[in-house]
Parts: sequence; structure tokens; C-alpha cells
Amino acid sequence: MRPETEPLPVPLLREITTLLAKDFRLEWRQKSALGGLLLYVGSTVFVCFLSFSLRGGQPPAPAWNALLWVILLFAAINAVAKGFMQESPGQRLYYYTLVRPQAIILAKMLYNALLLMAVALLGLFLYTVFLGNPIQDAPLFVANLLLGAVGFATTLTLVSGIAAKAGGNGATLMAVLGFPVMVPMLLLLIKVSKNALDGLDRSVSHQSLLTLLALNMLVGALSYVLFPYLWRG
Amino acid sequence: MTSAKIIGSVLGLVFTVAGVWGGQRLIEQRGPGLFWKGLTVLLLVGGSAAGLLINVPPLPIVNESIRNLFFHVPMWFSMIMVLLVSVWYSIQYLRNPSARLDILAHESAKTGIVLGMLGLATGSLWAKFTWGAWWTPDPRLNGAAVAMLIYGAYLVLRGSFRDDQQRARVSAIYNIFAFAAVIPLLFILPRLSGPSLHPGQTGNPGFSQYDLDDTMRKLFYPVVIGWILFAFWLTQVSSRFAFLQSKQDEN
Repeated sequence: MRPETEPLPVPLLREITTLLAKDFRLEWRQKSALGGLLLYVGSTVFVCFLSFSLRGGQPPAPAWNALLWVILLFAAINAVAKGFMQESPGQRLYYYTLVRPQAIILAKMLYNALLLMAVALLGLFLYTVFLGNPIQDAPLFVANLLLGAVGFATTLTLVSGIAAKAGGNGATLMAVLGFPVMVPMLLLLIKVSKNALDGLDRSVSHQSLLTLLALNMLVGALSYVLFPYLWRG
Repeated sequence: MTSAKIIGSVLGLVFTVAGVWGGQRLIEQRGPGLFWKGLTVLLLVGGSAAGLLINVPPLPIVNESIRNLFFHVPMWFSMIMVLLVSVWYSIQYLRNPSARLDILAHESAKTGIVLGMLGLATGSLWAKFTWGAWWTPDPRLNGAAVAMLIYGAYLVLRGSFRDDQQRARVSAIYNIFAFAAVIPLLFILPRLSGPSLHPGQTGNPGFSQYDLDDTMRKLFYPVVIGWILFAFWLTQVSSRFAFLQSKQDEN
């Protein structure tokens, strides 16, 4: 174990960028995982399209909204779940000797946030192509979507670390552990996205957006504090 | 009005901190603790009887169901208190791991689940007779459901480990994370997510507006204390049992 008083030669930021680059390189090398995720989003959207086309095209706005968030939620859980689980215990031990646990959690959160933002934007694009576009305030909707992607990433990263420790049926456990923590965030996100769909005045959504930001920061800070304890095992 | 509110929240904070500190002393107490247990019995039995018998202000729709104040609300208060105790044990565990602290955190959380279930049941019964449905999509009710889901997930998580130390550490982390990320929001969200029918929420009067001569208040606070003491007692008994069990497993 490394004594804590001794200053580390490498600054935290360098460690984070190196880890982030490693994650992107890994993702690029195993394209099957990324492709699987995109296919997952695409096929869910297509199934929604098929089931609504039975009733003659576009779903009503509340259903449109609810389905979009359900799709994104499950895509997020699938995307984040593989983060810690694809690493073997030996690999984890190797990282432990090299970098600070804080760098690992921050890099992972950042990586997941970028990944989920990309998935969310692509999902929205496919969704509007297949199921129509009832959004009246597009900038607010997209901003809310990105904030949601970041929120999913911050919440689910620590949860995926916890689920990876438990081993076994990781994705199920992650859904069970993650859902209750995400419900408050989801309620706010769905409310703001409904406001954007209906084109309400932006002042209506201010308070919710601020709460969402504060919630993201709270969850991020909690993960930062708690992750070293998880890592120590 | 505002200064009274500030004094009220400061008093609430002091009460909570004292409750968590004192609760840990009571749960870990080794002696029989006859005095506080006697007080608990007195407050619970006397409080429940008085809650059914005293005069309450006659109100339309609510009628006699306002007496649920002496049952439902203290259950939630004691649940929050005992869950705070559980989180504090988890924090202590992470600082200084021991099997004892893990058992205490687990048993406190289990007590919290029991009280939460009781709170849901009494609330649901009340809602059936005043709102006309067992469950409504009310922000407050959603919050209560989320709180129960968290602790259900906590139990599932505990069940999925084979290694005791690993289980203790990871479940302590989840306990702290889920509690700190969600429970404060349960108090903020109902204010944000629009109208709620729950008494004491967004323009709905709580009991204090009707309680003109303070009789309900005089009964309400002792009953709250009684239920909180009961929660600690329950935790003490179940954790003593768990200690004995783990000792037996060692031999």
C-alpha cells in the first residue's frame, strides 16, 4: 500500500486523461460492444415504431416522452454496466498500483458521460426519424437530454462499481441498485422534457434544471468520496 | 413567522443529531435499560389509547381519520431516525471496519424497513377513506416508494456476496450513497414537482392549522418520541440476536 503523505509524482489531471484515453482506445478496439449498444438503441426505437404504426403513426406526446426516457434509461444501464465488469481482478490490482482511485472514478464518470451523451443524441435522432418530432423548444430539450446523460453517468458509475464487486448477475443487480437512486433525477428530467415538448416558457423549468445540476454535483461528490473505499478491497 | 421557522428547523436539527447519538447509545446498551423501555411501553400504549379517545377537531371528509396523525406520522419520523442511525453506523464502518458495526447498520436498516412498511400501510388505509384510492401518483407517495425500493435493493445487494468483509464494505457504501443521494430530495421534490394532496404539502394545511387549542400537539410529540424509542428497542433486540448468531457461527 502506498503511504498517503508522500506526494505523487503525477498530477491527478494527467492520470485522468491517460485513463480516459485508455478507455476510448479499448472501446475502439472492441467495436462489438459499441456496436451492440447502438444496435440495442436502434432496435428498441424500431420496435416502438412498429407497435405505434399499428395505431396509425405518431404516438401522443406524453407517450412519446415516456418511451424516449425508458429507452435511454435502459441503454444507459447497459452502456455503463460493462465499464467495470469487463475488467478482471488482476487488471484492477494493476491499476491500483499505478493510479489514485479518485482518478479512476473521475475518468470513468467522464468517459461514461461522453458515451451516454453520444448515445442520447443518436437515440434522439433515430427516435425523431421514426416516431416524429413533437418538440417545440428544441434547445431546451437537447440541453435537458445532455444533462440527463451526464446525470445517468454520474449515478450509474459508482453503482456499476458496486455491482461489479458483487459479481455474478451484474446487469440485473445494477438495475435493482440503480433505479431507486435514479428516480428523483428521472422525475425532474421527464418534467423538464415535457415542458420543452409543450413549448412552455423557460422560466417554468429553471428551478428543476438547477436542482438537476445540484443533484449531479451531489452524486458526483459522493462517488468521489466513497469510491476509494470500494476500490480498496 | 420566519424567525419562528428558523428556530423550528434549528430545534429539528438538534433533535435529529441528539436522536442519532442517543439512539446508538441505546441500541448498544448492555444493561436491561428498564427505565427507557418502560417509558416506551407507557408512551406507545398510552399514546395509542389517547390517540383513539381524545377530542379532535371535526372536519369535513377527514373526520375521525385525523387520528392517523398519532400513528402514521410517528412511524415515518422513527423510520427516518433509525435509517439515519444505520447510515451513521455505515460511515463508522468505513472508517474503522468491524463485523459489529456492520451488524448494527444492517439491523437498523431492517427496523427502518419494518417501520416504513407500517407507515405505507397506515397511509394507504387513510388515503382509501379520504382520497378514495389505496395509492395515488402523489409526489410524497412516490418518495416513500423510492425509499422502500432503496432498502429492498440494499437487502438484495447484501444477499449477493459470499465474502463477509466484502459484503459489509460494499453494502455500507451503497447505504451511504443511496441515502445521501435520495432522502434529502424526498423533502425537496414534492415542492418542485407540482401539487400534492398530502397534508402539509403545497398549500394543503397540515394538522397545525386545525389544532387550535394545542391538544393534538401535546399528544403528538410524546407519541413521536415513543415510536422512536420503540425503533431503537427493536434494533437492540434484533442486533443482540444477530451478535449471538454470529458468535455461534464462529464456534
